[in-house]
Amino acid sequence: MSHLRQLLEDSNEKIFTSEFPTIDGAGMPRVIALAQRFSPWFDAVNATDNPAAHAHASNTSVAIAMKAHGLEPIMQIACRDKNRLAIQADMMGASLHGIENLSLMTGDDVTAGDEPETKRVFDLDSAQAISIANSLNGGKYLSGRAVKPPTNFYIGAVENAAAPPLEYRVQRAVKKHRAGARFLQLQICYHPDRLENFCRGVASAAPQLHLLPTIVLLKGARQLHFMNDKVPGIDVPLNLISRVEKSLDQSEAAYELALEQARHALALPGVRGLHIADFRHDETLARLMHDLGRIPRTISNQLQEQL
Amino acid sequence: MIKILPFIEHAIKKPIWDCRMCGQCVLHSTGMTCPMTCPKTLRNGPCGGVREDGNCEVDPTMQCVWAKAFGRKESLPLPQSWRDHFNDLRPPVDMQLQGTSSWINLITKRDQQVPAGWQRNTRSDHGL
Ligand code: SF4
Repeated sequence: MSHLRQLLEDSNEKIFTSEFPTIDGAGMPRVIALAQRFSPWFDAVNATDNPAAHAHASNTSVAIAMKAHGLEPIMQIACRDKNRLAIQADMMGASLHGIENLSLMTGDDVTAGDEPETKRVFDLDSAQAISIANSLNGGKYLSGRAVKPPTNFYIGAVENAAAPPLEYRVQRAVKKHRAGARFLQLQICYHPDRLENFCRGVASAAPQLHLLPTIVLLKGARQLHFMNDKVPGIDVPLNLISRVEKSLDQSEAAYELALEQARHALALPGVRGLHIADFRHDETLARLMHDLGRIPRTISNQLQEQL
Repeated sequence: MIKILPFIEHAIKKPIWDCRMCGQCVLHSTGMTCPMTCPKTLRNGPCGGVREDGNCEVDPTMQCVWAKAFGRKESLPLPQSWRDHFNDLRPPVDMQLQGTSSWINLITKRDQQVPAGWQRNTRSDHGL
């Protein structure tokens, strides 16, 4: 049974997930160094699937490497690049290597990436991909062909609480839950009122669905502008940006904003932890975790053997 | 007649709904808004990329298909039974039906055939 499943289903502990940086060469030493950096703080970490429509080392290969180095993977699968055969193959390949946590998503459009001339696939949507993972858990491929023994996926998905149509977002989350999702990693949300309404709505309509809002660690106003202008589905209110922009110490102001967001999110109904995206790559991650009362876990045994 | 039906269907549905002839029409359950006109062809609701003004992540000049569908589900005078199906979990598109007449597929129930491994309890309860 996956550690993440155990923590979310059988404990009340607050859990923390993150995103493994993309791998573009640099080989296993880089994976090992990153695993070392992530394992004290995170219960499980996403192995991404061509994030923002840029090609990188594949989701499955990175998930296998993470696992081998003592970091529990949550394997992302985006519907943008693969048809239903390839997605089921990804899932079965993951299962073969003992990877059980999935995070299934539609994926940013190809126009968000550096090869916008590519063909968009979107043969499945995220709700259908969730349902298919759930069928594999029930011992069947989509075709009905047997999977013996059945897979044991712990199925997650994503949702953007702040994107229009706002009232629809809760219904869509519930639909994903009906299809088989047990947890949702939420897109970063710079509208606390929207996040709150979403979490309250989900907590009352689907109390078993665990929510993990995202907190992003940024260096200052320039990165906030970037999020607002370039990342699909993210709106950063201008007064928030100028609050950081006008402060004497932008880096400190950006940190305070993230800490405020983290505390607010953790207090909302249905929220079981946080998903943390670190774009600062400095000591701020440790500071945030300390300020949230997270005690670093000892480096996992497997990793110690490697050192 | 059977042979020309797809042409008649397309001639009617193309100008009104920008029909793409997927052959498994769900317009009645999506506020009479065709999900195949979404650039990602999503049949189960909007992606996370919808812009602050409700327009599409991919094509900023058009309203998100699902934002439109969500509004029209209530604003159009549709039977309640159609609205109740708005949040159904729709199965993956059957590519074999592309270009065929959804009217015929409806009558023959061909459009309701799903692969044996597709979970059947996909109807939504209480509109959620
Ligand atoms: S914004 Fe709406 S129309 Fe555009 S790709 Fe996403 S769901 Fe489809």
